[in-house]
This record gives sequence, C-alpha cells and structure tokens, in this order.
Amino acid sequence: MSKQTALHNDHVRLGARMVPFGGFEMPIQYSSILKEHDAVRHRAGLFDLSHMGQFWLRGDDVAAWADGLTINAVATMKPLQARYNIFCNASGGAHDDTIFYRLDDAWLLVVNASNAEKMWAHLNARLPASGVTLQNEHGNAALIAIQGPKSVEMMQPHADVDLAGMRYYFCTRGNVNGVPAIIARTGYTGEDGFELFVDGERAPELWNALLEAHLDDGLEPCGLGARDVLRLEAGMPLYGHELTEEITPVQAGQTWALKMNKPAFIGKEALSAQLERDDYARIVGLVMSGRVPAREGYAVLQDGRRVGEVRSGSIAPSVGNQNVGTALVERHAAADGTKLQVEIRGTAHDATVTALPFYKRPK
Amino acid sequence: MALPQHLLYSKEHEWAHVDGAQATIGITGYAQESLGDIVYVELPKVGAKVEQFRNVGVVESVKAVSDLFTPLSGEVTEVNDALNDDPAAVNREPYEGGWLFKLKLGNPEETKKLLGASAYENLTAE
Repeated sequence: MSKQTALHNDHVRLGARMVPFGGFEMPIQYSSILKEHDAVRHRAGLFDLSHMGQFWLRGDDVAAWADGLTINAVATMKPLQARYNIFCNASGGAHDDTIFYRLDDAWLLVVNASNAEKMWAHLNARLPASGVTLQNEHGNAALIAIQGPKSVEMMQPHADVDLAGMRYYFCTRGNVNGVPAIIARTGYTGEDGFELFVDGERAPELWNALLEAHLDDGLEPCGLGARDVLRLEAGMPLYGHELTEEITPVQAGQTWALKMNKPAFIGKEALSAQLERDDYARIVGLVMSGRVPAREGYAVLQDGRRVGEVRSGSIAPSVGNQNVGTALVERHAAADGTKLQVEIRGTAHDATVTALPFYKRPK
Repeated sequence: MALPQHLLYSKEHEWAHVDGAQATIGITGYAQESLGDIVYVELPKVGAKVEQFRNVGVVESVKAVSDLFTPLSGEVTEVNDALNDDPAAVNREPYEGGWLFKLKLGNPEETKKLLGASAYENLTAE
C-alpha cells in the first residue's frame, strides 16, 4: 500500500494521474508531460517532491563521519551551502545519490525515495557511539520545488528573503507565504529554481497559494513525467538508471564529485583502481537519428555487435524534439561522435554518441 | 471529448469506421488520453494482411510503448503518413486527422464482435 504525501488531495483535485513511486502515490502528470515540460523551460513549474527522504544529521562529528561514507567533500561545505554527493558500496557502486544541505545547527540530507529505507539502515549501521544523531523525517516533512526561468519573479512576492541574491546551491531559512521554510536554490531540471522544505501540515496552503497567485503567469503543477524528461535533457543521473549498486559514479561520469584527496571513504580503493584501469563501460549520451524513441533496456550495437544498453530515453523537446537517451557502453564505443545503433523491436536504428548535457539553460 | 456515435469500438480502445468494404481505424479519445502525449506511431505497411485483435504496430507516448491492435481483419490499403511529422494529431483529433490506417475488409461478419458507442461508453465508464 503506497503512502500519500501531504499534497495528495491537491493532486487529485488538480486532476493528476497518480502512480506508485518510491513507496508513495505520486503525480506522473497533470495536464500533459510536454506542456508541463514547456512551463518549466519557459516560465515555471511546481513539483511535489515530498516522497524524497529527508534525514537530519546533528552533532559535532557529522562532517567527519559523513566524509567517510561519501565520495564528495562534506567538511569543506560552508554554512548554508548545498552539495551533491554519492554514497558508494565497497565495490564503488552507488548506494544512493543525495544532496547535503548545511544549516547553521544541523545538516539536512535528502535521499532518493526508493532508497530511503536502505539509506536509513546504511547510516544507522555506521553510526558512531557519540557525536552524530539522526532524525528521519521521511514522509512527514514536505518538499515543494519551483523550477523555471520565472522562479525568482514568481516567488519573491511571497518570500521574506532576497531570492535574487541567493547563490546557486545555497540555502537559507525564511518564510514563504507565511510558512516557515528552508529555501534552497537547488533543483533537478536544468533551470533556475528553488526547493522549499516545509512542514507537511503547512504544505497545502503554500502549494495552493503559489499556484493561485501565478496561474495567469503560466505556473503549472508538474509531475514526475516532466521531471524525468527535464533531468535527462540536463544530463543529470537518475538513481536506478545511470547510477546503481553496480554502476559506479566513475562510470556515470560523476568523477567531478569524487574527492580522492579525502583520506578514506567507502569505495575509494575500488573507484581509484577503476579510474587507473580506465577500461570500464561508461554512461554516454545518445541522440537518435530517427523518430523512434530509445527506451531503457534496449540493446546498443556497433556494427551488429552488442556493446551496451540504453539506461534512459525520451523525446527531448529542448533538444530539437530529437529522441535522446543515456546508455552504458563499452569504453571503445564511448567517444563523442561514435556511430552506434539501438535495437528497437528487431530493427537497428542509428544513434550518435553525444556529450552530456544535451541541454544547458541560456545564461 | 464526445464519443462519435457512428463508429464501432474494440475493448482494446480502437475505433473502426466501416464504409462498405472499407474501414478506417484509429484509437479512441479514451485511449489517447490514457496514453498521454503521443510521440511516435508505428503502423502496418500498405499491403499487409492483418487479423482481427492481433498486434499490428505500436503507439508510443512520452513515458510508454503500447501495442496497437486492429479491430478488424483485412488488407492495409493506406496509412496516415502525416503522423510521422505530427504524431500529436492522435491526441488532438483521434477520430479525424489522427486516424491510423485503412483496410479492405477481410470478413465483414467480424463487426459483430465490436461494440457500439453506448456499449463502449459503458466500458470506459467503469
């Protein structure tokens, strides 16, 4: 039985199509995935992300402890900074990809919904005798994201902090429409925007106030369908697709987040050896030549021989309406510009290896 | 979207417009709405012989690939090539510009296995 977020009734009232995702009933779309995608790229969209796991980490030793569990640096984060990070297993595979938010008095760790139970167990199993305490707010606290070029303009009248002055990947405490929130300039769409961590009980009033105030400005409620297309265009990995317990951050092209100068962390030896050998299959971007969409699980061929598999695929409205995807392919087939084929219902369709991201927002 | 009264419907949510020995085939308003934004349609080839209720192609939305079945048997005489450039026509006007293919009917008796508008309306109201 799936759980419901604090905004469930609002989704139903807005006509959302609800699907089970990560243990929750979530909106996959309201009106149309393409229409919602368009709102985020050109105006703004509002997302319910309350299914994501929210863990609070407190104590003097949080940073040092977390640095031993993750590939990116935690201790060097400034107060109010946010940072992408990946927890690995001993083989270097990704246990989860997450964001750390450093508040003045505590750290907020946001994990994938589908990994929340696994991550809660992972953290608790490695908890030191003192110096770190954990609090699980998964399913209680809400998370609302507003994403799109008009995010600042639409949000500012409702907020008591200077939003335009906020730096990307920083956060602050404030009030939005009178609701106490942690306001973070983060997101998963490739656009400017904010993520608002609020109490579940106050989430509906905030959600509805934003939607009602900006209906005429083109603010759209957006579901997980649009979110997936947006993140794929922006080249962002999705756990279970580009990162898994078997696919390492190195294979997924997330080496930028890998801090080998940290003394020790779970997976360091394995990732170091993988980088050294440089022989691993890796995630690449694919652009299809034709109109047939590539889908997860389809075989990737080079001159008739299987060299990999599609991990995500979609039509990409912001990439000239081409069909794009990611694939895990053998090293020799991974160079930009390599001509490959995707096998779709028994027919080979041409595709070209293309650097990620497919889409970058205009500056 | 109002359901056209003069068409025949399958439980798999295709419609057929039978006109003498010919039929035009499409998917219903209910089907296109359930699928969401349609981005690609793979249709049978002209000249292909198709059998009632068998898989003859696919309809792909942003999120999903769905099999396309033919509500009637026959020989494919024409396919809607305009959908190559504008698959969204199936969403906009599923009973008109979004038609999929035309058949020379193989067995007119098969229409008895299809539903009338009111029966189909009951099916989708469940």
